[in-house]
Amino acid sequence: MPALLVFLITLLGCTAAQAQSDAFPSTYAAPPAQPILLRNATILTGDGMRFDGADLYMEEGRISWIGEGDTAPDTVVVDASNRWVTPGLIDVHSHLGVYPSPGVAAHSDGNEATAPVTAEVWAEHSVWPQDPGFPRALAGGVTALQILPGSANLFGGRGVTLKNVPSTSYQGMKFPDAPYGLKMACGENPKRVYGGRTQSPSTRMGNVAAYRSAWIRAQRYQADWDRYNKAVEDAAEAAADDGSGASVASALLTNTPPRRNLELDTLAGALRGDILVHMHCYRADEMLTILDMAKEFGYRVGTFHHGVEAYKIADDLADHGVCGALWADWWGFKIEAYDGIQENIALVDRPEGGCAVVHSDSDEGIQRLNQEATKAMLRGNRAGLSIPPERAIRWITLNAAKSLGIDDQTGSLSTGKMADVVLWNQDPFSVYAKPLQVYIDGVLRYERGNPDLNPQSDFELGQLLGATQ
Amino acid sequence: MRASHFWLCLLISALTSHWASADRLLIINGNVLIGDDRPAAQLDILVDRGQIETVAEDLKSVEADRVIDAQGRIVTPALFAGITAAGLSEIGMVYEAVDSRLNDLYTGLMHPEFDVRKAYNPLSSVIPVTRVEGYSYSLLMASFGDRTISGQGSLVRFDGGFDSFEGKTTIYVNVDGSSGNKIGGSRAAHWMLLDSAFEELSVDDDDLTLISASGKATLKAARRDGLFVFRANRASDIYQVLRFSRKHKLSPIISGGQEAWMVAEELASAGVPVVLNALDNLPGSFDGLGARLDNAALLHEAGVTVLFTSGETHNARKLRQVAGNAVANGLSYGAAVAAMTSLPAEIFGGKPRMIAPGLRADMVIWSGDPLDVNSAADQVIIDGVLDSMRSRQTQLLERYLPEDAGLGRAYINP
Repeated sequence: MPALLVFLITLLGCTAAQAQSDAFPSTYAAPPAQPILLRNATILTGDGMRFDGADLYMEEGRISWIGEGDTAPDTVVVDASNRWVTPGLIDVHSHLGVYPSPGVAAHSDGNEATAPVTAEVWAEHSVWPQDPGFPRALAGGVTALQILPGSANLFGGRGVTLKNVPSTSYQGMKFPDAPYGLKMACGENPKRVYGGRTQSPSTRMGNVAAYRSAWIRAQRYQADWDRYNKAVEDAAEAAADDGSGASVASALLTNTPPRRNLELDTLAGALRGDILVHMHCYRADEMLTILDMAKEFGYRVGTFHHGVEAYKIADDLADHGVCGALWADWWGFKIEAYDGIQENIALVDRPEGGCAVVHSDSDEGIQRLNQEATKAMLRGNRAGLSIPPERAIRWITLNAAKSLGIDDQTGSLSTGKMADVVLWNQDPFSVYAKPLQVYIDGVLRYERGNPDLNPQSDFELGQLLGATQ
Repeated sequence: MRASHFWLCLLISALTSHWASADRLLIINGNVLIGDDRPAAQLDILVDRGQIETVAEDLKSVEADRVIDAQGRIVTPALFAGITAAGLSEIGMVYEAVDSRLNDLYTGLMHPEFDVRKAYNPLSSVIPVTRVEGYSYSLLMASFGDRTISGQGSLVRFDGGFDSFEGKTTIYVNVDGSSGNKIGGSRAAHWMLLDSAFEELSVDDDDLTLISASGKATLKAARRDGLFVFRANRASDIYQVLRFSRKHKLSPIISGGQEAWMVAEELASAGVPVVLNALDNLPGSFDGLGARLDNAALLHEAGVTVLFTSGETHNARKLRQVAGNAVANGLSYGAAVAAMTSLPAEIFGGKPRMIAPGLRADMVIWSGDPLDVNSAADQVIIDGVLDSMRSRQTQLLERYLPEDAGLGRAYINP
């Protein structure tokens, strides 16, 4: 009898776990990496430090040391004199793969704009791994990126964090163990898309009512699962006591698990904090509304995206530990972007605990995140804030990793982290800076001028051959 | 009392400095890029009543109402902002504040006579936002509407005037794949319509089917001494533009030109300039499969005149970055400087824009290399007058920069 009970409990436990299971798992595995020594470089560590004329050693795909230490006999030594080294760049807001090049209508897979709440969709199921934008971003030094659904919906769906490695599947790019993101959107876009169809929401108050209704459903869903899991747990304890075995077995058999719901799986994951909330929001007042709503439902907003008015509430963002993923200079394309200023990123960076991130939201910008960060650094310095390169580099490395919940694995050159590294021809804070080498998990994935290390998507292969024949 | 006295003094000093600088302004120790492809040289610049009087190695003994020591910083002519809707589009998606296109006028005709200059508003916040970044002029565009011919524009100068237009009338024509798909269903349909419309120019009777009488007059005048900006990216489309322009005796300019490098020789021998975005390196459509970062460099090497546009209006200030990336990908620095300063004026028929005696004193003193993203305009000078360097955005910064907000930011009125 106890054996059957244990079997039953295990079975039910598995069903329950499946609701939050590791579906569509990552198949990325880094190939073996040779030990690499980058010698005599200017190194920006990503967490605020700078070393001049220093060596960086990577071994077995991990950062080993900066400065001095042991090297293996088969170490590849790269002369990095007059070169700069930074962590691999990370873009927290990309639509590569879901709005790929060429941008034909049949490739438009980024917005499931058929209902304002589509938390059930996953951006990864739209990612076309052959988007030529991926290798272009690699040539710009991007080693990891989050692909998000668009902002037509209040809840746009799940975002996925990828390693920027060429693959025939997104699973082959999926960053192992990175948390999922939940894309949400404030303001004009949802109310325009649905209001335009005389459907809810058509106003900002409609937006907020619909978020709250969805959170209420998610809370109920979570409570159902908690109750069920508790029942399973209690039954397991009772079985272990070996007391009233038969009645526990019958209780378990009648206590069926809640019906799984894809939309609420994602929302409940966000409430629990397993899924990080990435909220598209431009206006300062709306961001404060969202922070209050997060308090009401007990979840955390991880990052506000775009936030062209984030500078108006930089202290609030820092107090709440919320990152601002921002553009250097975009403004004016709609009225909620009317108050954009070029000092936005520097001002969000200013308070103690501020978490400024430079994001692209663009297949062009992602190739030049260093240039975007340069513009933001310049504006901060011209406004009298003192921002050296070792501080500004965090906006496209460690702070971005923090926003994606992968800062324990990458984003800086700390010992033991993934060896995601860019070797630059010069100080990266310039229009003339270019990555010479890009390493992902210690593997050289891109080398400037080396045709063997310039990956090309299937789509681009064999195009325009007519011109040469 | 004391506060109001302070503001009064500030006002007076602002006014006096304004008028004084309008008379004789001397810039010394400039590292001057005069606006062609020559390298920078240490020069002093004397400006008299808005015009450059002398450019020489040492003018330090000359008297002036105001002297600016550039301290070795780079000085250039004020920049070209690209093909924009500056002054036509206050906010991109606020359509009642966007005046750059013709749509939904179902007469069946093309309307080259549609003139965006009638809607130009020099008081738009976009103008100072762009000007303080070192830009003094732009080519006003008639954006894509729903016709093969979008309409007409010309150069405009960011000097605050309601009527500060310059140069030749420029007609905008779309012959690329995406507009081809909308108009007549194909790019072949485009060429059919265009060909028919231009054939009508040679017919005497007024029985016109594709253009109105005023459209006909506009096209005829533009054929005589105007320019035709064709939006085309695919090499074969560019080739067709050259043929079409030869046939109808037009002066064409290519806008877009992602695959222009593939027909560089043809462009060079026809003397047709290309206005391109040097950041285009993705096959955004099937028109741009050959997009590459060294497009500008390859064209320049082949002898084609290259200008830049970013496709942006609000962020037109990004054009320096576009030019800088062209240089980072092989274009000569001098060619990029000329493309950002004097060449657009020359191509589009505006007043010359160089730092040379007798020319208008529209200049910028830069904090560093003007083509790099780590520099900014320290001082913009228009007509010999120092720009206030203020925009809606500098005002917002001044309001939000102080850490102590006092009674609230609404009380901080810069």
